[in-house]
Amino acid sequence: MHAIFYKSAGWFLAVLLMLTAAGVAADSGFAVHMLILATAAAIMLVVTLRRSDQPPVVADLSHYDDEVIRWGVIATVFWGVVGLLAGVAIASQLAWPLLNLHSEFTSFGRLRPLHTSAVIFAFGGNALIATSFYIVQRTCRARLAFPTLARFVFWGYQLFIVLAATGYIMGVTEAREYAEPEWYVDIWLTIVWVSYLAVYVGTILRRSEPHIYVANWFYLAFIITVAMLHLVNNLSMPVSLVGSKSYSAFAGVQDALVQWWYGHNAVGFFLTAGFLGMMYYFVPKQAERPVYSYRLSILHFWSLIFLYIWAGPHHLHYTALPDWAQTLGMVFSIMLWMPSWGGMINGLMTLNGAWDKIRTDPIIRMMVLALAFYGMSTFEGPMMSIKSVNSLSHYTNWTIGHVHSGALGWNGMITFSALYFMTPRLWNRTRLYSLRLVNWHFWLATLGIVLYTASMWVAGITQGLMWREYGKDGYLVYAFVEVVAAMHPYYIMRVAGGLMYLSGSLVMVWNIGMTIAGKLRAEAPMSSPAHDPARDRPLTPVAAA
Amino acid sequence: MSNILNRHKAIERNVTLLAVLSLVAVAIGGIVEIAPLFWIDSTVTKVEGVRPYTPLELVGRNIYMREGCYNCHSQMVRPFRDETERYGHYSLAAESMYDHPFQWGSERTGPDLARVGGRYSDGWHVQHMTNPRAVVPESIMPPYAFLAERDLKTDAIAGHLVALRRVGVPYSDIDIAKASADLALQGDAEADSSDFVARYPKAQVRDFDGDPKRLTELDAIIAYLQSIGTAVDFTAAAAKEQPR
Repeated sequence: MHAIFYKSAGWFLAVLLMLTAAGVAADSGFAVHMLILATAAAIMLVVTLRRSDQPPVVADLSHYDDEVIRWGVIATVFWGVVGLLAGVAIASQLAWPLLNLHSEFTSFGRLRPLHTSAVIFAFGGNALIATSFYIVQRTCRARLAFPTLARFVFWGYQLFIVLAATGYIMGVTEAREYAEPEWYVDIWLTIVWVSYLAVYVGTILRRSEPHIYVANWFYLAFIITVAMLHLVNNLSMPVSLVGSKSYSAFAGVQDALVQWWYGHNAVGFFLTAGFLGMMYYFVPKQAERPVYSYRLSILHFWSLIFLYIWAGPHHLHYTALPDWAQTLGMVFSIMLWMPSWGGMINGLMTLNGAWDKIRTDPIIRMMVLALAFYGMSTFEGPMMSIKSVNSLSHYTNWTIGHVHSGALGWNGMITFSALYFMTPRLWNRTRLYSLRLVNWHFWLATLGIVLYTASMWVAGITQGLMWREYGKDGYLVYAFVEVVAAMHPYYIMRVAGGLMYLSGSLVMVWNIGMTIAGKLRAEAPMSSPAHDPARDRPLTPVAAA
Repeated sequence: MSNILNRHKAIERNVTLLAVLSLVAVAIGGIVEIAPLFWIDSTVTKVEGVRPYTPLELVGRNIYMREGCYNCHSQMVRPFRDETERYGHYSLAAESMYDHPFQWGSERTGPDLARVGGRYSDGWHVQHMTNPRAVVPESIMPPYAFLAERDLKTDAIAGHLVALRRVGVPYSDIDIAKASADLALQGDAEADSSDFVARYPKAQVRDFDGDPKRLTELDAIIAYLQSIGTAVDFTAAAAKEQPR
């Protein structure tokens, strides 16, 4: 009884504190954020009070702690659609600028961080948290350590997403790509992230297996490295403790390198190491084959995490960053090609002896495509980091094409296949609602990616060549705005590709929703049956007329 | 090889060891690449003319960041013939030494802005911000007409200068004491600006947005844009030899 009293009083005080902060806020963005926090605390107060007259829930220790993972699956699907929708919206704005709608809240500059953060941190982040909790329990044969803290990680992370997203729309931003949230949102994420590390490591410590499975190495490196990057990159000086604005602790060259050390490794650890953890669990599981090579996974892991961190300066080729740092970044980026392909080979070769499943199992097909795109973009990345290639590709849409072949092809596809794998198991269904809809999703997404990346590659190379083209008279041939105009058809093609990818994800929403609802679609199986008893008969001779 | 694999088993069985070794592996690259930038002097060669932003320019720069201009515009001219002919002299490290944060950008959906200061008239900027397609028909930039409707609040600016001084921007006590007054003064063509310009060399004092009665966000963003890339006198630098 006392515990309930103190908890409720604590939440009530939190509501009051947030309302006070909103009242004395230096700017409206901060005030809105404090109101959001007050609402969150008020919800917690109501939840605490309503639970007080219910008997405490006793955990079923004979099963894994999957409740928070089920929430994670729903959150991943939800934020995925939000992020893709935002992407299609801003792609359309570049094709038809009228769609900026003459409002500051819907202009490209404010919506673009909304898109990038929604897909990377909301969709990708929720997928990583959910799959890591799923995998760590099953590979350790242990329930989650600190169940309450695990629930805090989930809801705390959603609150971070809401604060970041509303901030972008209101123009509350640190204006550094992929690290836009302001100082107090960064502090909140730090608290959530340390809790995440505690739950994760705590669960590994409770394991019943002597060895820590390779997927967990990748997740652990991802959690630790993101913590390091986030803490260093977001060092900043707030103008006021009740205002949203802060100034980066670093300036100019140093700020640029710290930011791209962060930015590149947000790709390297958030979008690569963590998702490789998914690959190392779900691909062997779905293929029902062990990981191809244990030695390769050791080599892959240590070389990948050691080399990735050096590659940041390739985002700053030919800038005012010292030449030695640029060259170092380029050399390590090229070396990075090897461990990346090592990982791809380890994933693909796991299918040895199960390659026929590509025909019959659309989930395996998604995994193979994800690995293929992983291989393609980790070849393209080192190539673009070569300074002479970069002199053409930098600042152009080629970069956008490269990023999306990785994000849509690798991260998207491996996440979708993980969601399709987990959903029937988490809700205790015999199978997915429909495998044929997975097939539809696969083809819509694949064709969408092809249209997207191909149009952006052509657009980017066109842009780079037009900017540097000289006529026989020795003058630049094109004014900048002529290059902008030349991009118009490619921007429209990109919208079409994005729409296809989005519609594929809507098919997934329907499929996963119906699976959760417990429905099974009556449909012909994906594989043609080898034996049809009805046709296994001799032809009776027709009597001659 | 099998010996190494056996040793690796120790790491696989101990999460503390695995975590610590991972942290060491990921820390090395950052330490070797980033740390030297803070103590190798040649990283940022001192260049005459670079000064901290005036309060009005700073407010304009904050609007630039708030609206996410960095998503489409770079501020970093690379040392290529086509870029220096299109935009102007390539960017120097010193030119962004007071930029917290840097705004070099990563994409040129729109043109580079590192040398945009003085390239167009204030009147062009007013029209362009209100409706970009009025002056550049092929432009795909969003309109920012609302900037002209927003009056600047001058009272909080000193706090911004204090925060910047804490991270190393050399604002003087006088700069901070006079910050609010400086902010209002720079947008007023009639004001006595001799002391202000002495503290902020080359600062441009005038009504930027074509509405002398009001000091708006449009004044601030144009004041910022007109200042970008104008600090260093590249014609003077050409004749100077660095004594060794």
